[in-house]
Amino acid sequence: MRATLINKASRNLMIFCMTAALAISSITWPLTATATEKVIDQAPQVATLRGTTPLNTEVTPPAMSKVENNDLKRQRDYPQQPPTIPHDISQYQLDKNFNKCMDCHSRKFADKAQAPAVSVTHYMNRDGDFLGEMSPRRYFCTQCHVHQLESEPLVENEFVDMEKIIRKAHELSK
Amino acid sequence: MKKKMNLLKLGWEILSKPAVHLSLGFLTISGFIAGVIFWGGFNTAMELTNTEEFCTGCHEMRDTPFMELQSTIHYSNRSGVRAICSDCHVPHNWSDKIARKMQASKEVWGKIFGTIDTREKFEAHRLQLAQNEWTRLKANDSLECRNCHEFDSMDFTRQSKRAAAQHSNALASGEKTCIDCHKGIAHKLPNMDGVRESTSPH
Repeated sequence: MRATLINKASRNLMIFCMTAALAISSITWPLTATATEKVIDQAPQVATLRGTTPLNTEVTPPAMSKVENNDLKRQRDYPQQPPTIPHDISQYQLDKNFNKCMDCHSRKFADKAQAPAVSVTHYMNRDGDFLGEMSPRRYFCTQCHVHQLESEPLVENEFVDMEKIIRKAHELSK
Repeated sequence: MKKKMNLLKLGWEILSKPAVHLSLGFLTISGFIAGVIFWGGFNTAMELTNTEEFCTGCHEMRDTPFMELQSTIHYSNRSGVRAICSDCHVPHNWSDKIARKMQASKEVWGKIFGTIDTREKFEAHRLQLAQNEWTRLKANDSLECRNCHEFDSMDFTRQSKRAAAQHSNALASGEKTCIDCHKGIAHKLPNMDGVRESTSPH
């Protein structure tokens, strides 16, 4: 009698476990399936730089792009945008001893180098006071200014200019 | 003491008296051969001190200047042409080379007394070391640069706009020489406060 009782209990437990396992798998299976389908089939803009290459194969990296070196100013998308660097800076020294950018872009050499001198904001400290020389917090140029590559953008840029938004708001209000 | 004096006297007598048993021809030819061997040996030994292995044999040069060189275009580039230490730091012309090698005795002194044997000491001397080289290159119109970079062979149309403008004006007119603009191209620059305005923090 006692033995059959234990048998019955263990059988019930087994059935419970199996149904639970089935239930869990039936919930997660479609989830994982759709997730992988999404990555592989719908070709997202950028999943990772390795794209849809399976994890167990080595991806061939794209050739390195050339650095833009045409000395032509790019348009800024908003007034506060730090201008991009339209030339190669690959061998430039920029450390606590020396700032190669300032070799041409400092106020002192703007005439000889014909490079745009850094704006007055570079002389301001965090309280908005003007210093006699470049503010230490603006010393490392590449924190804000970046060079550009001659390559296609990886993702579509959906940035909308503030002016466009304002114009649209005006039209809507009419 | 007397023995030594006698030995010296004997040596002098041998040198000062004309040869008795040896012919003039033998002496001339053997003198010539010995001269060739000595001259060749001297120059070979001097060339050995111009190799990269020799220069980087000491940690002072290997750990700082040589390390800094390795990320620059003079060490690694698309066409595989490479400048070693002596290409820029030792004149190629023989008499200038000898003059530089004699100056280098100061560097031997520095090595013995450990003038720049730690990173901190090197940094403390970096400006002075750099200035020595700038002065030399300024005085000889950047001769060591020009050993490879021939002005007449420069095609300005293949240079960037800014480079072409500087090279066809300041360099062509002789107003500037290579080192005036191309400082710190092979090694890191020191703090340039007082040397070049606005480029270094105080």
